[in-house]
Amino acid sequence: MTLALEAPRFVKTLPLLRVDHVSKTYGDVQALRDVSAYAYPGEVLGIVGESGSGKSTLLRMMNLEETPDQGSYSLNLPETEGNLFDLDRFARRMLCATKIGIVYQNPHLGLLMKHSSSGNVAERLLVAGERSFATLRAKATTALEASEFPLERLDAPPIELSGGMQQRVQLAKAIALEPALLLLDEPTTGLDVSVQALVLDTLKRLQQDRQITMVIVSHDLGVIRTLADRVMVMRRGQVVETGLADQIFQDPQHAYTQQLVHAKL
Amino acid sequence: MSLSELTKPWEAMSYGFLDASAKRELRRKMIKAVAVPGCQMPYASREVPMARGWGTGGLQVSLTLVNPETTVKVIDQGADDSVNAASIRRFIARVAGAPVTMDTLQADLIQSRHRIPEEILSEDQILVLQVPNPEPLRPVQPNMSIARQMHADADYGRMWLQLYEQIVRSGRVMQGASYPSLVHGRHIMTPSPIPRWDVPKLHMAKHLTILSAGREKRIYAVPPYTRVEPLVFSDVPYRVEDHGGLTCHRSGTKGFFMNEIPQDGGTSTYEVSDSEWGVKAIRQRDGEGVIKGETWYKNGEMAQ
Repeated sequence: MTLALEAPRFVKTLPLLRVDHVSKTYGDVQALRDVSAYAYPGEVLGIVGESGSGKSTLLRMMNLEETPDQGSYSLNLPETEGNLFDLDRFARRMLCATKIGIVYQNPHLGLLMKHSSSGNVAERLLVAGERSFATLRAKATTALEASEFPLERLDAPPIELSGGMQQRVQLAKAIALEPALLLLDEPTTGLDVSVQALVLDTLKRLQQDRQITMVIVSHDLGVIRTLADRVMVMRRGQVVETGLADQIFQDPQHAYTQQLVHAKL
Repeated sequence: MSLSELTKPWEAMSYGFLDASAKRELRRKMIKAVAVPGCQMPYASREVPMARGWGTGGLQVSLTLVNPETTVKVIDQGADDSVNAASIRRFIARVAGAPVTMDTLQADLIQSRHRIPEEILSEDQILVLQVPNPEPLRPVQPNMSIARQMHADADYGRMWLQLYEQIVRSGRVMQGASYPSLVHGRHIMTPSPIPRWDVPKLHMAKHLTILSAGREKRIYAVPPYTRVEPLVFSDVPYRVEDHGGLTCHRSGTKGFFMNEIPQDGGTSTYEVSDSEWGVKAIRQRDGEGVIKGETWYKNGEMAQ
């Protein structure tokens, strides 16, 4: 049985992101076993699964933070060709800075906690080579504004901000260079429900305004349901089911997916 | 043939205090440092009869370079007559028999703590700077392994983040000393804690500068005629300290880097930081014939 969903015939464009037959082991633990995934431009791919199912590992690979034992990864963008896992450290960093944005569950991973919020966003631009203070300031402000960050706290360090605000800073940093791909690793876990709703609102608006391709990883079906067009269910390092979001939620086929959907309801 | 014929007569210590292997280590690492301007070379830092952090790195370089014909000058924060400078100068003279001077123009080897003399150094002079913290990336990357990787990749974006933060917080760049500078368009170095005033003196300088950190065991160099560019934003120009308009209350010289001396009334007076330059001005005023060299700064402006 092949689990990868074939692209509908009317889809003329190639997938923006393509991960093919990726496997990874950590010692005795098989984190990923022959996982393939793709996402079309402007599409939101949701990845659900229990803790330890390999979904975060997959996302880290998409951000080129980790290299798999086998498999390939390509982005259909100008100036990026071939298997991205073969790139050297320098090319990887440049690609990650300019083409890929990431929001981590834990803001400590993505932010410099004691630098100012606008500085955190500016860092992205600095890595990409921007050297004008006025431009840095303007672009950082625009990005923070787009992620609905209160501008009067522009220069407050993230350590003084609430969890929701920290996530907004991460989001602003991720979108500052208008990346083609936005990766979200449990972006709302650990936030209370009302803040969670606000952050999801922001994400949805951004998606609509900018048509960014997103990959969102979460164990929270509600988050996936709100945002994702297509869903991939993972368990024990394997993809057990993929399909359109409605399909998965209304008519789950795999026993594990059924369990998951029922647990939510 | 007896053993005594084969061996050298016993001496209390080697010439220039350091033994031959220590000098060879220093020489090799100095050559490496000159070959890759601004790149930090690790070296086997030896013990010298001085506490780490008091200029042991600079002293080791001086002891390696010195010979009985080398005229040595030692500066401590611009002053030749401070205890630290006087002790190091006396030590070098004692172990190497080298003549000493306070005059910048006569010196062949200048060991300095945190200042570059006001008079322009020439091709045949060597400046040795003592460095407490050689790693410019330390404030932005506490992990030294990653910092070394960043140097290898010339991944210096975060250095500007530091400047960005200062401008956001204070409206201007607050970095006073050890202003990070790009050497030969490749490596960022911290030019030891010399004030901003002194950094432009290193740019395309005629003399060789060797920077050595004894405690951190790192040596790096700015060879003659090498570009040294302080990091700046394209729209925020580099600014040195506003000392151009200050007058030294002892020598009356104007337009040089000054030490501030607070007074009882809450005011302050100023004294030229390069003590020998002040002494020369006073001697000239008193009618003595002194030879004053060309200075980097003229009327408080860096001559281009």
